[in-house]
Amino acid sequence: MVDFGGARMIQIGTVLPEKIFYLDRTLLKAYADASGDQNPIHQNEEFALSVGLPNVIAHGMLTMALAGKYVTDWAGGSAHVLEFSARFIKPVIVPADVKTDLTVSGTITEVDGNRIKLELSATSAGIKVLGMAKAVVTK
Amino acid sequence: MINPDSVGRTFKGVDQVTVTQSDIDAFASVIGETNTTVAPPTFSIRISLSQYESILTQPEIGVNWSRLVHGDQKFEIFRPVIAGDVFTCSATIESLRVAAGNEIISVRSDLHNGAELVVSAWSTLVVRG
Repeated sequence: MVDFGGARMIQIGTVLPEKIFYLDRTLLKAYADASGDQNPIHQNEEFALSVGLPNVIAHGMLTMALAGKYVTDWAGGSAHVLEFSARFIKPVIVPADVKTDLTVSGTITEVDGNRIKLELSATSAGIKVLGMAKAVVTK
Repeated sequence: MINPDSVGRTFKGVDQVTVTQSDIDAFASVIGETNTTVAPPTFSIRISLSQYESILTQPEIGVNWSRLVHGDQKFEIFRPVIAGDVFTCSATIESLRVAAGNEIISVRSDLHNGAELVVSAWSTLVVRG
């Protein structure tokens, strides 16, 4: 859980606390099995290098799923998400035997009744990996 | 090359996909979600992507799945996905363009449980040239 504190201010411009997720090869294999996406670029370093990638990369949808966890922790659970979108602008690179960060934060950008729009920032090793990442939630 | 005649057409999903609690549990576990009464918001991608693969690789459309990269993704979730949902998933090819030798396809999938539209998902898929 991301601890967003007791007082939950729903005000345009509010910046929500950052949360760091850690990815490793074991998580990528677990996501491959859970999602059915067994593309070897997410598991096999030799294959990833052979198609010109710097190393094994995370599934874009795993990155988005983790950003989604950030959103649902804030909103109060998975049932609170109405819209969710992101562009995969850079891969999250996951070398063997290390944990790679995915650092997520959010800003409240619109409040319309009980619909709240968040813009999300997601970086890995300091590089922006999701672009135009947005969610509309009810709280 | 993708058949340009496929643009604007909707292709019916190949399968009916039943969502099980263990599917939801496995997906939730990866992202550290412990409440699995409903599926996480991106869960339905596992259905959309497998149906896209079945539909878009048919010879009449001609997507080369092995050269595919996911460009962007959007979900509109009308209600949360739950165990017991039985989905049909259509794919509508909304646009196709070529840039820098890559084919860029925008495709929408609508997941229906019976007559009920539960999730609409838009994906930009890039077939690297």
